[in-house]
Amino acid sequence: MPTDANRQFLDFEKPIKDLIDEIASMKHRQEKTKLDLSDTIQKLEQGILDKRKEITENLSSWQRVQLSRHPDRPYTLKYIDKMAENFVELYGDRNVKDDKAMVGGFASLGGETVMIIGQQKGINTKMRQMRNFGMANPEGYRKALRLMRLAEKFNKPVITLIDTPGAYPGLEAEERGQGEAIARNIYEMIRLKVPVICVIIGEGASGGALGIGVGDKVFMMENTWYTVISPESCSSILWRSWDKKEVAAEQLRLTADKMLGFGLIDGIIPEPVGGAHWDYDGAAQILKNYLIPVIKQLKEATPEERVNTRIEKFGKMGFWEEV
Amino acid sequence: MAKQIEDFDANLAGEEGKTEETKSSWFKRIKKGINTKTSEKKETPEGLWVKCPDCSFICTVSELRESLFVCPKCTFHHRINSSEYYELLFDNNEFTELFENIRSKDYLEFTDLKPYKKRLEETWSKTDLKDSMRVAVGKVNGNDLVIACMDFEFIGGSLGSVMGEKFSRAVDYCILNKMPYMVISKSGGARMMESAFSLMQLAKTSGKLSQLSDAKLPYISLLTDPTFGGISASFGMLGDLNIAEPDALIGFAGPRVIKETIKKDLPPGFQRSEFILEHGFLDFIVPRKELKDKLAKVLLLLRN
Ligand SMILES: [Zn+2]
Repeated sequence: MPTDANRQFLDFEKPIKDLIDEIASMKHRQEKTKLDLSDTIQKLEQGILDKRKEITENLSSWQRVQLSRHPDRPYTLKYIDKMAENFVELYGDRNVKDDKAMVGGFASLGGETVMIIGQQKGINTKMRQMRNFGMANPEGYRKALRLMRLAEKFNKPVITLIDTPGAYPGLEAEERGQGEAIARNIYEMIRLKVPVICVIIGEGASGGALGIGVGDKVFMMENTWYTVISPESCSSILWRSWDKKEVAAEQLRLTADKMLGFGLIDGIIPEPVGGAHWDYDGAAQILKNYLIPVIKQLKEATPEERVNTRIEKFGKMGFWEEV
Repeated sequence: MAKQIEDFDANLAGEEGKTEETKSSWFKRIKKGINTKTSEKKETPEGLWVKCPDCSFICTVSELRESLFVCPKCTFHHRINSSEYYELLFDNNEFTELFENIRSKDYLEFTDLKPYKKRLEETWSKTDLKDSMRVAVGKVNGNDLVIACMDFEFIGGSLGSVMGEKFSRAVDYCILNKMPYMVISKSGGARMMESAFSLMQLAKTSGKLSQLSDAKLPYISLLTDPTFGGISASFGMLGDLNIAEPDALIGFAGPRVIKETIKKDLPPGFQRSEFILEHGFLDFIVPRKELKDKLAKVLLLLRN
């Protein structure tokens, strides 16, 4: 969790930074002059909360995308650390290697064992490279599938936390069958006998997201996006220019409220005021409280009922006309 | 032979690519002439010649048609449409088209350089197609088979709601009539104008394949040039048999994107059928001329 001194700010978060700076200088003055400025400081602190609220209430789709990529945003391992106990991380796909862009393992959530799997982004330059910016290779998807099968064997629910700008478009990724790996995951996830809950916690880009994104319930956190292509790539292909990402984001209807309206997701998980990057504990607590009753509810159905409902749910998605 | 990196992104945008290979509509215009009744009069002889994009060999369209649109000189496989595949595979070109009344709708009112609605209308009027996939049932050397086949000329063969729905209904039809299923892929990937709806077709079609698998009915995936993105990340790679035409470009990420990512030139043969087979993702590669007999052989083996 960043402190106020090393926090990073997006351009539209600038007014918050100004308030934080002002508080800092007030505190400095208070110390120097021994004058009691606590009233003013308290007002400024309230001002920060108001500002955080105000800013996230009026975001454009593109700003929402920016927030989903906020450098201070919590990633998968952070959520696991904050919401679960006894996490045992499991590595490797038993075939090629361990993909550091995909993490997972057993943990207890509210006293119950679950398998948590997700893409992992790095928290600094070195880690970002190690985590390949959250872009998994085929072995990452195969590692995820191995862990899901393990969960199925021991009848433990699966929770996936999705945060990826896409599956890695590399040479070795193609050699090792990136398409096949994602296809296999989608196919196996829809048939998985245990409850599967998927949550978009950051970026939900395309097949790279769906590769761990087929569940009984799919949720999006408030400041995330989920669609078939990143706004940047969409802009470059459909507008022949990299400059139309804002329009592309708008046109793609990639925000949580739109996705819920389309019936493509099952719910929106709120974040702390201003976004998850302001309060990791709060964000993880909200997520945990949201997941526990859903797991309970899903466990009431039989495996066959869950699989059939899952197939039917995705089977209904789409729009067409009959002429 | 070194080939240019193909820009099938342009096809996904509903436009024609700039490279020689993607000038399919140029080829189509000539070919279409053959298909229409008036062309039988052979009014414009210069329109009936075709140049091979690979070896520049020139032959007439009827010669090319006779060789199943495979270059007689270098065996380059020209891109063909569903009607050609149906003619090539179904006995006596006899088949029944299924679910042909379904077509795309601009539910999101998506607008890029053009409204999606307008793009659809233009494509409908330019082609005889309702969308990028047709489904038909018929016999292949006497074996019943349902074939879903993509048409690249319809917005780059892109995967949208209509393809997903037709695919699903085709699987239901196979289960009901206990028939094997084959999909012929030729697509740049997902249809961006349908946003997340197009992405969800990957899950939708996989769910249906799961039901087909439970019914123990064979599913054959034939990959042709090009097959990318959402297709290879779903049913394209999920065949009981994954097979391909020779030298077809097949992959998840397009070569242009990979090249930009790794900032290196791609090795010769990268993402071609032979490369995909060597890396273990294809059961076999079959030249178009042998496709029907080999397919029938497989169907017979699986049946008996
Ligand atoms: Zn040739």
